[in-house]
Amino acid sequence: MRAVDAIMECLKAEGVDTVFGIPGGANLPTYDALYDGGIRHVLCRHEQGAGHAAEGYAKASGKVGVALATSGPGATNLVTPIADAVMDSVPTVFITGQVRTELIGTDGFQEADTTGITMPIVKHSLMIQDPREIPAAIHEAFHIARTGRPGPVLVDVPQDLSRADIRYEPVDRVHLPGYQPTTEGNAKQIKLAAKALANARRPVIYAGGGVVNADAAHELVELCTSDRFPVTCTVMGLGAFPAPHDQWLGMLGMHGTRTANYAMDEADLICAVGARFDDRITGKLSEFAPRAKFIHLDIDPAEISKNVPAHIPIVGDAKRVLPKLTREYRALEADSARLDGWWERIRGWQERYPLGYDDSEDSEIKPQYMVQAMYEATGGDAIVTSDVGQHQMWCAQYFHFSRPRRWINSGGLGTMGFGLPSAIGAKVACPDDTVLCLAGDGSLQMTSQELATAVAEGIPVKVFIMNNGYLGMVRQWQELFWDRRYSAVEMGSTPDWVKLADAYGAIGMRATDKSTLVEAMRDAIAADGPVVLDVQVTKEENCYPMIPAGQAARDMVG
Amino acid sequence: MGEPGTKDILNLADLEAAGGIHTGRKHIISLLVENKPGVLARIAGLFSRRGFNIQTLAVGPTDDPTLSRMTLTVDGALQPIDQVTKQLHKLVNVIKIRDLEPGETVARELALFKVSADGESRSQIMQFTDIFRGKVIDVSKRSVTIEITGTDDKIEAFERMVRPFGLIEMVRTGEIAISRGRAAT
Repeated sequence: MRAVDAIMECLKAEGVDTVFGIPGGANLPTYDALYDGGIRHVLCRHEQGAGHAAEGYAKASGKVGVALATSGPGATNLVTPIADAVMDSVPTVFITGQVRTELIGTDGFQEADTTGITMPIVKHSLMIQDPREIPAAIHEAFHIARTGRPGPVLVDVPQDLSRADIRYEPVDRVHLPGYQPTTEGNAKQIKLAAKALANARRPVIYAGGGVVNADAAHELVELCTSDRFPVTCTVMGLGAFPAPHDQWLGMLGMHGTRTANYAMDEADLICAVGARFDDRITGKLSEFAPRAKFIHLDIDPAEISKNVPAHIPIVGDAKRVLPKLTREYRALEADSARLDGWWERIRGWQERYPLGYDDSEDSEIKPQYMVQAMYEATGGDAIVTSDVGQHQMWCAQYFHFSRPRRWINSGGLGTMGFGLPSAIGAKVACPDDTVLCLAGDGSLQMTSQELATAVAEGIPVKVFIMNNGYLGMVRQWQELFWDRRYSAVEMGSTPDWVKLADAYGAIGMRATDKSTLVEAMRDAIAADGPVVLDVQVTKEENCYPMIPAGQAARDMVG
Repeated sequence: MGEPGTKDILNLADLEAAGGIHTGRKHIISLLVENKPGVLARIAGLFSRRGFNIQTLAVGPTDDPTLSRMTLTVDGALQPIDQVTKQLHKLVNVIKIRDLEPGETVARELALFKVSADGESRSQIMQFTDIFRGKVIDVSKRSVTIEITGTDDKIEAFERMVRPFGLIEMVRTGEIAISRGRAAT
């Protein structure tokens, strides 16, 4: 069979039901095979959209997301989603067409060195040089994308090789001598960690996106509730621990709660699970959690002691290690009363520093209220994707995620324009769920063409725009730290989102009044098909609290 | 430093001081890698991304045709080199990696020197070559080409000896290294 038909067989064997992409010259053969290949294809309007859709699909389902693109500009348009997927450890496979082998290196039409360009941002890449390698390469790509610390894998297939007639036999195992992720965790280290937890008087469990990736939310809750351990999550980890909860401190980091950040600051033991001590978490590194010892559980050994030296490192899969740690901890029968003083301190912060904002007295919609309205309109039962900026942080603060894979955003790379295409991917993965995209008016303009995808493919995502007419987060920084010199942050009132939605064949709605916002959102959710709801919010609202850049948790403002 | 939130002007000296503290210790990194296209680019790219300058690099086949051996030398600060070796481990095509301890390692390099030589200086140069257990591999009326094998110290010492005669050209392979004793590198 043709190599491209073998690719379809491989994809089906890997359980792929949907791929996202755009055809072009170099991947014509792939699309010919796709024509009756038995896999759904979602035609996106830009390869970046296809890549983010694959990410949204992967994040919502836990399965590997797949995007296809042609050579040259098709492949370079995938660069942003690939970089996004490596930063947030999203299991994805990108299959790109490449010019014919005889043209490689000649600056042929639509030729780009795709594997070279993407080398620093992939977990792995495979450049096909012999068509007989293709089936094994596809399976290797899925295996690498999905296992260990997940990430993007790129397979670059020259056009002529993809037309080659090869013998296809199902491949049932991959051979990768240089790739053997550690999953079990060292038993001695786990015992040490349990002992440290039992001895700690001011412990905090700090969970990240790794817990979501490992599908270990249940195991995390078991550990946290094996005693009264206070829990905080990163923006990537939200949902791994059910909020609200008695032991929940809220998100930590730059726009986290004071309680979570103060608890980290005063902790004597921090147990990090699937988190990587990013600079948005630590603030000024030299003043981060100065009294704490660190347990660091991660599947990626390179993360351990990268930013903060770990006293008890454990390399392993959270899903395998957490139950062992819980068992060891229970066996120690630590006295829960030792945490009384710590909880008293935490309750004090919670009382004194609840998340809050000055709500308007009139019909004006405060952005924070908009998120609360979303929570009310859905009863919290929705998958929410977001773009990047103020709205993302407000959503992380005010929408309480009680389950993993319900909050889909770009944390590491901070990619504006991520929200809409990832919502499309999430809706394809979870057609029975309500999928909301909380978009910024700045961000959405980076990928708004995907409204056409949603309409044409019948993917009823609901886009709620937090419209303040600004690149809001940049404006906030200019206001706070650059003497209010507002340089190039005003977006004005264009486009008219209702008309734009209409032009795409989606339903356009506008909300300007607080008192009817929840109702408008319910209408948008109930409507058939994709909806764009333009919510006009306060223009110059700041996102608080915040740790000013380069400062410590103690220095939180707002 | 470098945070967009601070509008303070940075002076160049501070910027340079923040660039990392180098211990100066030389590291010999030995890698066993799959013999596949692009592997060298992946490894070299990783070093440059993490801020390391590769001083020497030698690549060659091993007794197993599917594998290649790479030996790299770098100068580095202690903490970051650890980050590089961990990142190297994550490359799918890297089978094995060792940061070789100088005391437990035998390292050798080969260098070729082309030196100006007339009748008078030629015998002196040949004498030095003998002392350094080198070999003369080419002679012309006005030059002599010498092969020297040894540690980088020895090669540098020889360079100092012959430079006054007029060093026309020097070519070095970069070090290769193997661990001492019975165990494989």
